[in-house]
Amino acid sequence: MAEPNPGTDSQAVSAPADAPDPTGGATGPSKPRPSVRTKTPSRTGDRVFSGLSATVAVLMAVLVVVIFAFLVKSAIPALSANQANFFTTRTWSTDGDPIKFGIAALFWTTAISSVIALLIAVPLAIGIALFITQMAPRRLAGPVAFVVDLLAAVPSIIFGLWGSIVLAQAGFLEWIRSALIAVLGWIPIFSETPSWTDPSGTVFLASIVLAIMILPIITATSRDVMAQTPRDQIEASLALGATRWEVIKMAVLPHARSGIISGSMLGLGRALGETLAVTLILQQVSQMQLRRVFDPSIFTGGDTFASKIARDFPEALNDPQSLGALVASGLALFVITFFVNGAARMIAERGVKR
Amino acid sequence: MAKRIEVKDLNIFYGDFHAVEGVELTVEPRTVTAFIGPSGCGKSTVLRTLNRMHEVIPGAYCTGQVLLDGTDLYGKGIDPVAVRHTVGMVFQRANPFPAMSIRDNVVAGLRLTGAKNKKALDEVAEHALRGANLWGEVKDRLDRSGASLSGGQQQRLCIARAIAVQPEVLLMDEPCSALDPISTLAIEDLINELKEEFTVVIVTHNMQQAARVSDRTAFFNLKAQGEPGHLVEIDSTEKIFSNPSQKATEDYISGRFG
Repeated sequence: MAEPNPGTDSQAVSAPADAPDPTGGATGPSKPRPSVRTKTPSRTGDRVFSGLSATVAVLMAVLVVVIFAFLVKSAIPALSANQANFFTTRTWSTDGDPIKFGIAALFWTTAISSVIALLIAVPLAIGIALFITQMAPRRLAGPVAFVVDLLAAVPSIIFGLWGSIVLAQAGFLEWIRSALIAVLGWIPIFSETPSWTDPSGTVFLASIVLAIMILPIITATSRDVMAQTPRDQIEASLALGATRWEVIKMAVLPHARSGIISGSMLGLGRALGETLAVTLILQQVSQMQLRRVFDPSIFTGGDTFASKIARDFPEALNDPQSLGALVASGLALFVITFFVNGAARMIAERGVKR
Repeated sequence: MAKRIEVKDLNIFYGDFHAVEGVELTVEPRTVTAFIGPSGCGKSTVLRTLNRMHEVIPGAYCTGQVLLDGTDLYGKGIDPVAVRHTVGMVFQRANPFPAMSIRDNVVAGLRLTGAKNKKALDEVAEHALRGANLWGEVKDRLDRSGASLSGGQQQRLCIARAIAVQPEVLLMDEPCSALDPISTLAIEDLINELKEEFTVVIVTHNMQQAARVSDRTAFFNLKAQGEPGHLVEIDSTEKIFSNPSQKATEDYISGRFG
């Protein structure tokens, strides 16, 4: 029943008169409807609300700009005093004079740990989401979804502690490490690094913990879009004689594709910026080692942007130049995550249009 | 190709709810049979048991027999997936796969059976699209998305998709209810051609449509809201619309219903 003026005042009173006709005939107003009103009433509530929400929206945009400006302003002195190339230098020394620092090693560790975390988490998340939405009996789907969501509620410091204490000693990880080195060791990323004889402290371990940490968000977004697969699409494939897996392939995955991608990008954004867990897990590589050779292997230690900043921040507080250098690396991370999120948004929107 | 359907003592349930009781009917090969009746009388539900699509709804099941040329579709060891290859279905709302091209939509069912030969698939696609009276309209844009077509074209695309697998029986669940009169006419003409090859069962709310397209008509009714629906009678369409043997049928088709 369409109420022509879902307004706030007297007109709403006419609604009960539109209740279904007890005779079972066509429903309709039993008394003449008031004509469309001619005078626009003052909608104070509307104005206040739209003013408030506009203010908040603008404030948020301003906040992002302010943060960006702060980063740039604090980074510039250190960047201009930097005697090395900021983008290609692996080492980081800000206590001497002249200062020399660059983000190459940080960037590599950040990127490779996040990408590997994504490669582990995305297939798992898709599998779990498919299980919850398509395969599991309802009794089981609820609890599984709940447990995965619970994973998101675990504080990252707990993941850090668990990763560096428990998981680092887990036999199966050492087994995976040896297997990867044995089979894929010819690829630099999986090559064995001298003096790193087990998974503890390595990028490899950090990636696995990151994968667990980003699993809930990717699962949740995938699950939501999969659950919204139009019923008629599922029935269309079933009526053609599709098996359960074929229904997933024909109807569910095509529908969920953009959602899975944007969920993965959100996960990537989180992995890139994750700090505490990574700081606890990763062991640093000495500056000497960094200077000598670039080691792309994941079976070595290192620092991500975030863990570097977290580690060095307390000391750097007393020295504007050290602090500025850290802020510069933070700026780099900010720009990277900005683009990752932008890409996620673009992909999600393109999916909607189609 | 076409096969006879015999339904014996069919009772259909949604969980605890007894939706349809005691249906007995026979559908002859190469005929069009229309199911008519008021909303909620279970005609769509009966249709969906004919290719085991009813049971995909959680909790839904049925008892009794549906015989396709003597084989019980609900017999032991019968694979519902195989049943749906044999008994195709067209739905109320056109539902082409939006991520697939027009050509891929048509051959989607064949791909499921493992057909890979591109040339053979193209031929089937053309044949099915011609069969669905759509070829002339889409032959120059077979690679466009199925969602780019108009509503009536999409529904004919779905018919092409259903007949591409060469089913024995084609079920249509109110295939024209979302279409304009011209598209409806196109589909009704098509149904007339389809019965040369297939056994067609169509559910419709539109009695004129039932009179126009069908050879036989089954009238379903329900005694009261909440009671199970049942088959009142099935007879030649001419008889049902001129001189039905049941009073309820006459009341319904003459509009004196309720």
